[in-house]
Amino acid sequence: MRSGVTIFPGSNCDRDIIVALKNITGKAPIKMWHKDTEFPNLDLIVIPGGFSFGDYLRCGALAARSPVIKNIKNHISRGGAVLGICNGFQILIEAGILPGSLIRNKKLLFTCRDTMLEIQNTIKSPFLSGLKKEHHLNIPVAHNEGNFFASETLLNELKNDGRIAFKYIKEVNNNTDYNPNGSSNDIAGILSKNGRVLGMMPHPERAINNLYGGTDGLKFLTKSFEQIIG
Amino acid sequence: MKISNQTLYNINKNEYRAQLESTLKDAMEMGLTEDEFNLICKKIKKIPNKTELGIFSAMFSEHCSYKSSKKWLKTMPTRAKHVIQGPGENAGVIDIGDNLAAVFKIESHNHPSFIEPYQGAATGVGGILRDVFTMGARPIALLNALRFGSPSELLTKHHVSGVVKGIGGYGNCIGIPTVGGETNFDKSYDGNILVNAMAVGLANKNRIFYSAATGAGNPVIYVGAKTGRDGIHGATMASTEFTDNSSEKRPTVQVGDPFTGKLLLESCLELMSTDAVLSIQDMGAAGLTSSSVEMASKGSLGMYLNLDLVPTREDKMTSYEIMLSESQERMLMILKPGSEENAKSIFDKWDLDFAVIGEVTKTGRLILDKDGFEACNIPINPLVEDAPEYDRPYEIIQNKNTIKVNELNINYAVDEILAKIFENPNISSKRWIWEQYDSSVMGDTISSNGKSDASIVKIHGTKNSKSLGKGIAMTTDCTPRYVKSDPINGGMQAVCEAARNIAASGAKPLAITNNLNFGNPEKKNIMGEIVGSIKGISKAASFLNTPIVSGNVSLYNETNGKGILPTPVIGMVGVIDEVENCLEMNAKEDNTLLILGQSENFTEGWIGCSIYQEIENKKIDAAPPPVNLEKEKKIIDILLQLHTKNLLTAAHDISDGGLLTTICEMLFKNNLGLNLNLPKSLLKSDSKDPTLHSWCFGEDQGRIIVATDEIDKVNFFLKDSNLDYFVLGKTNASNILNLKDITTIYIKSLKNSFEKTLPLIMG
Repeated sequence: MRSGVTIFPGSNCDRDIIVALKNITGKAPIKMWHKDTEFPNLDLIVIPGGFSFGDYLRCGALAARSPVIKNIKNHISRGGAVLGICNGFQILIEAGILPGSLIRNKKLLFTCRDTMLEIQNTIKSPFLSGLKKEHHLNIPVAHNEGNFFASETLLNELKNDGRIAFKYIKEVNNNTDYNPNGSSNDIAGILSKNGRVLGMMPHPERAINNLYGGTDGLKFLTKSFEQIIG
Repeated sequence: MKISNQTLYNINKNEYRAQLESTLKDAMEMGLTEDEFNLICKKIKKIPNKTELGIFSAMFSEHCSYKSSKKWLKTMPTRAKHVIQGPGENAGVIDIGDNLAAVFKIESHNHPSFIEPYQGAATGVGGILRDVFTMGARPIALLNALRFGSPSELLTKHHVSGVVKGIGGYGNCIGIPTVGGETNFDKSYDGNILVNAMAVGLANKNRIFYSAATGAGNPVIYVGAKTGRDGIHGATMASTEFTDNSSEKRPTVQVGDPFTGKLLLESCLELMSTDAVLSIQDMGAAGLTSSSVEMASKGSLGMYLNLDLVPTREDKMTSYEIMLSESQERMLMILKPGSEENAKSIFDKWDLDFAVIGEVTKTGRLILDKDGFEACNIPINPLVEDAPEYDRPYEIIQNKNTIKVNELNINYAVDEILAKIFENPNISSKRWIWEQYDSSVMGDTISSNGKSDASIVKIHGTKNSKSLGKGIAMTTDCTPRYVKSDPINGGMQAVCEAARNIAASGAKPLAITNNLNFGNPEKKNIMGEIVGSIKGISKAASFLNTPIVSGNVSLYNETNGKGILPTPVIGMVGVIDEVENCLEMNAKEDNTLLILGQSENFTEGWIGCSIYQEIENKKIDAAPPPVNLEKEKKIIDILLQLHTKNLLTAAHDISDGGLLTTICEMLFKNNLGLNLNLPKSLLKSDSKDPTLHSWCFGEDQGRIIVATDEIDKVNFFLKDSNLDYFVLGKTNASNILNLKDITTIYIKSLKNSFEKTLPLIMG
């Protein structure tokens, strides 16, 4: 699989996803510096987490106006797959690639912890079609602005179109605090209309070993990559 | 006073005297004493101008000169085979094998955090990270040690909330995981909170960068953020006591920008991977002053700077402001001549300022030009060599009062005491705090936030076919009430507890960074606390072969004459060869729990100075539990031997709250229960029996509880070890802790208060 990882000033999960991509696919992704505009054709572009441009103005707002975004839009129009994680999700929204907005967590506190994700019934998407719906994913979040907010109309549209990818769900022990940020309808990730762009707040690249965070992120990424090249 | 060569000055005697008097007044406002001022005039053979005086006052401040503690700091053990760089550089460096070095340091940001919690804490984190990457290391973990006032005070909530947000605000944004630390509350910190931040980094051991300037004529480079008017005289502010008007000092607090910090980190590491950097020093306390002076002084050279070339945020900044500003995210470097263009292109890429602002000289003087005039011309040597060093009078007060079990006035039953212990914010879960820190960014965290007694981060790039790789174990520890009651013993205890925590996580303790937080050293008893703790720390560190390689001293933590509990925080680092072998503190079902370091016949625990004494007596006025260094060393050795044989499933050090508290903590995570074995003589006791209480809650040192699913093999090994141990029982799924027929303890409800306490306080 030919993949690329965008790097903005302030990106800080770029190395983590590069490691994951390399371990899973055996091939290192290319690094896409935000000012660069010439890239080879790719199967997947990942916009990693972090604090691009220090989250100044609004999370993702400045990155969404970087030169590299034009390449991402071209890549999408060619049918390419894009995964935006955390700040990457915020950037996709600020760039107008995904709808809605990500506002501050309900408790107004940065939150880093495990969450349990339920896979939703969606339109055809390489990110989800390899996964069994009944298997929940345990993947951590770490963010201050992950509260997905949208109008009722948009929320209904996303639901009816099968574009809600993941929802936070209660774990077995009846945890009332299962939604880490207060997002509408417990939404943790959404898809583009063609199902090939996924924006998600949880960090799958932080759940790739048994010693810490578990391996559900590894499962998710592996299945996605299989489908993308499949 | 006399100036040797008055003819230097074209002024008459009266004018001279007036100038001297007014400068002395300025000097005293900047925190210098009259003696210190006279010394300065004598050494530089003139009356200093405002810029020169500002530079001297910053360099002579307690914060920069360590004038009260230097005499004693020199006595600390700093060497061992594995030490590459001890105290004196930006951070300490130790060899951890595989050509790698761990670079680490802890530093306080107490005074600024009290005045402005968010920025104070954030810049504390930023500053300590710069100390580490200045040495050429990529920071891989952050820890902290926090002390706040009474939880019931409104101001305390303001402090906790702001400090935690500030630490998270910087660490989360720059993308270094905050993996551990400790937080305590005590009314002695009402007027002076403590914010100590520790950073650990990783470097190639042959690519460590130092600060000594080299080569006259080499260019001096300024990189990073622009200089503003923030933090002017921050180091001086941090060297005095607080009064009621201390909030007026808010402008002396620096403002952090973690985004620029991240850019500076990446650009500096990128430049350091070339051969351009000869020496480098971050601009921390006392900004451009201390960085230029220290670089020149360490290289026995001089420095010329043209301050007009310094990138500034505001117009018309004076030489005084530029030299004393503590604006964050700035570095000073000496580059190899000819490499400037290449270096500049790296900083251009990261959109950071890069300016050649001067050169290294042979003069031995610090010469500064501003607006075409000479703003400063002073010899470097007196700034460092002649910085005052005081041998302050001290008295080490050791509380010798021991409390006998039969003197106890018992109010509560065992289960009631446990309930009170877990409602105590000093024992309760700090989840509310650590969930606000990104603990898993960088993808290398193995253990954080109390999963094991020390936090563990794996070392990127050491993965092999057998293992995910090597790991670094880290912890911060101190029990201030012990230090208050007996500074020497308390200092030893802090080191030993840190070492036990490292070992209980499965790692080998290697070295220490320390943060000595005290009140006003001009008071005999406080100086005694400083001297006593240093003696204790030194003794234990040298016995355990964990030398002190870096550290920081924070004095004058007093408000209106009231000082904090003495708080010499120990930050310890260790290494684990294969991170798969990290030991959790959580027991699993059907594990046998054993206590190492205590025999079956032991029944009378040490309750003096314990959490238990505080609960039953409402006060702490006794000698702390004694420390036996041989026992401490032995228990660590045996624990690691058992672990090497793969016989352990969990380990947890016994500290605050004693044996029973520790057992409960080990049962929480997996909702376990235990039928606890008691020593024979306690079997007939009731739930208010003083001896039983002392056995349950005594805080005797040198004890660790381990869990095993191979009890026969463990028994066999321990039989010949000459170490006391006692089998406590086997864990089960009941979630109930039974003390025979004496009492039944519901773990679930304790876990509930353990989790609820801090969120309730913080609202």
